[in-house]
Amino acid sequence: MKEYYVLTAKDFYDGLKEDKLLGLRCKECGQITCPPLPTCQWCGSKDLEKTELSGNGEILTFTLTDVPPEGFEPHYIVCLVRLDEGPTIMGRLDYDAEKVTVKYERSQELIGKKVKAGHIVLPADKYSMGEKLVPLFKVV
Amino acid sequence: MRDVAIIGTGQTKFGRWDKSNTELFCDAALEAMEEANVDQKDIEAVYAGAVFPGFEEGQCNIGGHLVGSLHLGNIPATRFEGACCSATVAIRDAYIWVASGFYDIVLAGGTERALSMGTPFATKTFAMANDCKYEGNVGITFPGVFAMAARRYSKIYDIPLDKLREKMAHVSMKNHKHGALNPLAQFYQKMGNLKVEDVLNARMACDPLTLLDCCPFSDGGAATIITSADIARRYTDEPVYILGVGQGSAGHLGAQEDITKPASRVFSSRSAFKHAGLGPKDIDIMEIHDCFTSAEIIASEAIGFFDWGKGADAVEEGQTDMGGRPVINPDGGLMGKGHPIGATGAAQVHTIVEEMKGKAPKGNQVDPVPEIGMTDTLGGGFNTLAHLILGRSRR
Ligand SMILES: CC(C)(COP(=O)(O)OP(=O)(O)OC[C@H]1O[C@@H](n2cnc3c(N)ncnc32)[C@H](O)[C@@H]1OP(=O)(O)O)[C@@H](O)C(=O)NCCC(=O)NCCS
Ligand SMILES: [Zn+2]
Repeated sequence: MKEYYVLTAKDFYDGLKEDKLLGLRCKECGQITCPPLPTCQWCGSKDLEKTELSGNGEILTFTLTDVPPEGFEPHYIVCLVRLDEGPTIMGRLDYDAEKVTVKYERSQELIGKKVKAGHIVLPADKYSMGEKLVPLFKVV
Repeated sequence: MRDVAIIGTGQTKFGRWDKSNTELFCDAALEAMEEANVDQKDIEAVYAGAVFPGFEEGQCNIGGHLVGSLHLGNIPATRFEGACCSATVAIRDAYIWVASGFYDIVLAGGTERALSMGTPFATKTFAMANDCKYEGNVGITFPGVFAMAARRYSKIYDIPLDKLREKMAHVSMKNHKHGALNPLAQFYQKMGNLKVEDVLNARMACDPLTLLDCCPFSDGGAATIITSADIARRYTDEPVYILGVGQGSAGHLGAQEDITKPASRVFSSRSAFKHAGLGPKDIDIMEIHDCFTSAEIIASEAIGFFDWGKGADAVEEGQTDMGGRPVINPDGGLMGKGHPIGATGAAQVHTIVEEMKGKAPKGNQVDPVPEIGMTDTLGGGFNTLAHLILGRSRR
């Protein structure tokens, strides 16, 4: 049977481990899909090739998690980042926790700030199929 | 396709229960059957929303146990799972099967025991509704999704976050006011008189959302009896008709264009309106999925009641409170009534039906008795959406 995924979650994680943010370039519309899917997230084409992204992007929004799921340690920052290549991905933000709360008047100014992706490894749990590889963004 | 009606509904009290999911579902189901006056042998299929019975109590394959407990013979039973939207998905399917003529009478509802799981594990399981590889693993929670949506909303519409939080607080004040008057609500007789400051100064749950910006975890069950409009007449003088249904889906949040304008919700609600031949202006009463204060505002815009960016002003001005239009969450919503996720959609229908019969609790009843109502139910990060439009008259 043909395997349709050009880039699997495991490949994506393996890339992150080396601080490489991997994605897919669409041979039909030229746009970038990230994280990987079997089809282009913009036009639906299956004609995709693996590509390495710059890891650069800007913060769309973020939140400080005070009540985490079991197995996670508070207080970490989750963010959505629009990558320079187009797609938006979720990750952690490496930043001063004091400055991302409503108590800090200028916290909203973080939205739009330029960031670059690295990674962190979080321990495996019962359901995660091995350790968790998560993009970790730093403000540049 | 045949016209379809609801001839009975039931809901347990929401809150903490020392009962299994099967017991909660059956309590609600038997109440709905009794109200509908249907006999066990009349029911041809059971559709049950239940999201985490495996994690909650080690129960999978719950369908057969529901049928066995209710003594419904050997009829088919199917569990529906669309996270917090499960029961609405189940009822929509019941609608389709009855409308098609395949079944005459279906029991559709849901059950959940989320409060009994405790906050850390409940938060873990709920987060499983996100994409496990690219969202769940990051540690995102549902309060987190709607905290991020609130910050995005503040940015896009240039409403200072402090001002937006005040507007959001009005969602909590309104819904808790109604929930405090609903005997089936988790917070019955509690928090009926919140002030803006109470919401803003409550303990932080997921910055900028406080505890009072959030719905609680809940245990509970709810059920409905769905039949054709013609058959309904044999059982009741007061059927409530299902005039339109819609359902929509979307992938991970990053692939959605704008988390303050959820496209899956726009798709689902438009489908329901088109099906019913109605529009947002026709809706008298609305049950919205107010899992968080920001969530109700976003939903009220996506369904089409207010322009983009105006939902926050609308709730602050009281446009969605009693006397406004549409009245949103007169029963307390998820925030005041509780949110046993597998049952929530059926409980929303229960409320609309009670309102249409003029039987809602004092302080919850909309006056005059509403003619047309709608439910909006959300599962996950806008991954599953479903809408039902209900009416007192057949078209
Ligand atoms: C907000 C939240 C984190 C609070 O959990 P918690 O910090 O563990 O709170 P506890 O369970 O310890 O409850 C402490 C008190 O607050 C009350 N409480 C809990 N959640 C509440 C809420 N959302 N609103 C109002 N009161 C709440 C409890 O009843 C309890 O009151 P008591 O002391 O009088 O008994 C939790 O309710 C939550 O995560 N809610 C969101 C659920 C969700 O994501 N649903 C899916 C949406 S799509
Ligand atoms: Zn493409």
